[in-house]
Formats: sequence, C-alpha cells, structure tokens
Amino acid sequence: MCLSIPAKIEKIEGETAVCSVGGSTYQASLMMLQTEELAPGDYVLIHTGFAIQKLDKEEAEASLKAFDEFKKLNEEMDREERETNQRLI
Amino acid sequence: MRYIDEFRDRDTVRALAAEIKKISTRPVKLMEVCGGHTMSIQKFGLPALLPDTVELISGPGCPVCVTSRSYIDKAVAFSQQKDVIITTYGDLIRVPGSESTLEKEHAAGADVRVVYSVLDALKIAREQPAKKVVFLGIGFETTAPGTAVAILQAAREKLTNFFVYSAHKVMPPAMAALIDEGVQINGYIGPGHVSTITGKGIYEDIPKKFGLGVVISGFEPTDLMQSVLMLIRQIETGKPQVEIQYKRAVRPEGNRKAKQMMNEVFEPGDDWWRGLGVLKDSGLKIRPKYAAFDAEKNIRADGMVPLREPKGCICGDILKGIKKPKDCRLFATVCTPRDPVGSCMVSGEGACQAYYLYNR
Repeated sequence: MCLSIPAKIEKIEGETAVCSVGGSTYQASLMMLQTEELAPGDYVLIHTGFAIQKLDKEEAEASLKAFDEFKKLNEEMDREERETNQRLI
Repeated sequence: MRYIDEFRDRDTVRALAAEIKKISTRPVKLMEVCGGHTMSIQKFGLPALLPDTVELISGPGCPVCVTSRSYIDKAVAFSQQKDVIITTYGDLIRVPGSESTLEKEHAAGADVRVVYSVLDALKIAREQPAKKVVFLGIGFETTAPGTAVAILQAAREKLTNFFVYSAHKVMPPAMAALIDEGVQINGYIGPGHVSTITGKGIYEDIPKKFGLGVVISGFEPTDLMQSVLMLIRQIETGKPQVEIQYKRAVRPEGNRKAKQMMNEVFEPGDDWWRGLGVLKDSGLKIRPKYAAFDAEKNIRADGMVPLREPKGCICGDILKGIKKPKDCRLFATVCTPRDPVGSCMVSGEGACQAYYLYNR
C-alpha cells in the first residue's frame, strides 16, 4: 500500500509531471511538492498518482560512498582471513 | 543514478552482513512495520544472511491486513446500492468480508472499479454526476494525503457526488501498543514512505518512553541491511534513538505541504486494528467541515451483514509479531493467495503472502 517508485521527470505541465519508470510513462500530480524546485531529469517518488517527495541525489551518493567503505573493509578482512587461514568473525 | 540498481549490490549486502555479525553480541528481535519491508526482506532472503542473534519479525505494517472485516462488510453494503460506484485500490478487491468480497459483488453486477489514484475516482465523479462515487480510503500516512487532496479538490469544484469511506490510519499508536502489550521487540525498522510524509518527529516517543530505537529504512536490500546494522549499533551501545537511513527520500521534517493538507481534512480518532483492538487516536476521520464528502454520513448501508470472523485464522497474532505465518494451520493448505482466508494472505504486503511466495 505504501509502495512507491523512483521515477524520472521527463517534463512538467502545470501541476502534473510526466515521468518515466523503466520505459513506462506515468503522470504524477505535483500537488504535494508545490514548494519544491523541480526540473526535468530530477527523480521523484510516485505513490498512487502523486509525487510525494523529490529524491536527493547528494544523499544517495553519500550512502553509496559509505557502502563502498564497507565493501573495502570487508575485502580487506577476506584477504586477511585467506592469508592467516583464520576466520576473523 | 537511478535509485534502484545501485542499492542492490550483492557485495555491499555481504559486507554489511559481515559487519552486523561482527558487532552483534546479544539476541535481538527487530520488527519491521511496513508491508513493503516485509516483502523486500523475504524476496531478497535477508534473514538467511543475518547471524543467529538477529531475528526479524513482521508487524502491523499492511493497512489492508489490519482493517476490520466490518469495513469490507460496509463497503459491500454500499456497493449494493443502485446509484453507487465503488472505487478502490486493487489490493482491497479480494479481501474477505463476513460473507462477501467486492470482487464477488462486482461479479454479481455491482459497479466496483479499481483505480490507480484517488484522482481517477474524482474523474469518475465528474463524468457520472447521476451516480454517487465512493472511494475506499485505506492506507497509512503515505496514502492519506492523496485522499485529502481529492477531498479538497472536490470541495473546490463543489462536487456533490464524491465520497470517501476513510479507514486511514497512523503508525505510531500501533508501535506503542505492541510494546504496551509486552510483545518482545528490541528495535523498530521504521517505515520509509510513511516517513517521507511525516518526517522523524512522530517516532520520538518510542526511544523516550520505551527505550527502543527506530531506524527509518529504504526498501532495497542494502538499505535494510544498513538499517539492521544501525539498530544493532544502537542496542549494543545502549543509545536508542530515531535515525534516518533512507536519507535520499526522508527529510527530518517530512513533507510539510502533504501534512498540512492531511491535517486540514482529517482529525485523529479512535480506530480498530486487527490483533490490537481499538487504539486511541490511531485513525484519521474526516473533519465535520468536510462531512459532505464522508461516505459514512451520506451513503446508506442497508444490507450490512453481522460480523463473522473465520475460524482458525491467526492474522491478529501474526500482525503483532508473536506468531509467524508458518505457525498457522491454515497456511499454504486451506489459505493461499488464490483462495485466501485471512487478510494477511490477500494483500501483496501481508506477511502470509510474503512467506507463501518466498519462504514456504
């Protein structure tokens, strides 16, 4: 019920955004994002025909960067485990 | 950046699982309270990646599942009125009432239409002025603002044939009620899309009053694993708090405009939840100012049948997280998605359906 999909804004027509999701086109009402700066190329979450929030690219990139740190740590541990033949965790 | 594939990286999931294993020393039960999380957790097989110390349990996070049968009974009674068109989101159509479903009523000649958005229901009302169009308003804070927008639009257009039958609910009272009932929970995976609207403030009582952390999570496997890690960290360091993992979509203040419209149209009222009973101020009732759009005040429900619950269904205990779908003797035998007995098997977000599809 609270499912929502990230959709790319293709164009804005008044209070409606024409958005694409994996090749399909959806119309989303912008009534809930009247105070947001939106432009084609931005991503929004769509829920039951409404854009409910603009997705924050910087925050998404920061999350992915943190994930990369985790991966690096994990790879180092794997290497250490292989070299010492002992499980670290 | 497409916001989906990037968050499904297998090596990241593995790395997060390793980190969880490293820091987790005591047995914990973490509850997700969003049906979307329930589905993701089972679909991506996350429980198998977690150490034995971490158990994930599903809570009352599926609005269709927690709604009473009498709501369906009344919707069925509305649909039997000659001049009524019922409009509903698809996941409600097969939910059993005491004697019937909206799907069965449709087969018997009632005008029941599945809509993708409440705005479609509004369109039908404009196009069919001789009919009364009733929209079944079900859902948490993610869905309720849309219903509010439609009512405000109907008021602006002075439509006299658009009505909402509201069973909209809010999440925090249920989260508090579970702890009050003594359900063993050590932390909450907070609902992601509810929180895009509400922000984080609505959960602040949970750490303050109950000493439990809430981490608002996204829906991809890396999101959920990171949220588990954040909760384990909180528990291991004894610092329960409300944190946002899903920062790309959830701002601390939420969506002010959506909240403003929701509060304009709805007021808090007591509501019944499957498994939890009546919870104070957990429902969203249409304010008297907009009573002209309230189906309960304007549409007759003459043929409403007396409430009858199915024997043997343990949906209530499953929604409280004290039993799992496999504990139910009806699970995957008498009760299947094709022929569901209880609402947790009907809904695409119900724990029973998630287990049926991914973890039988």
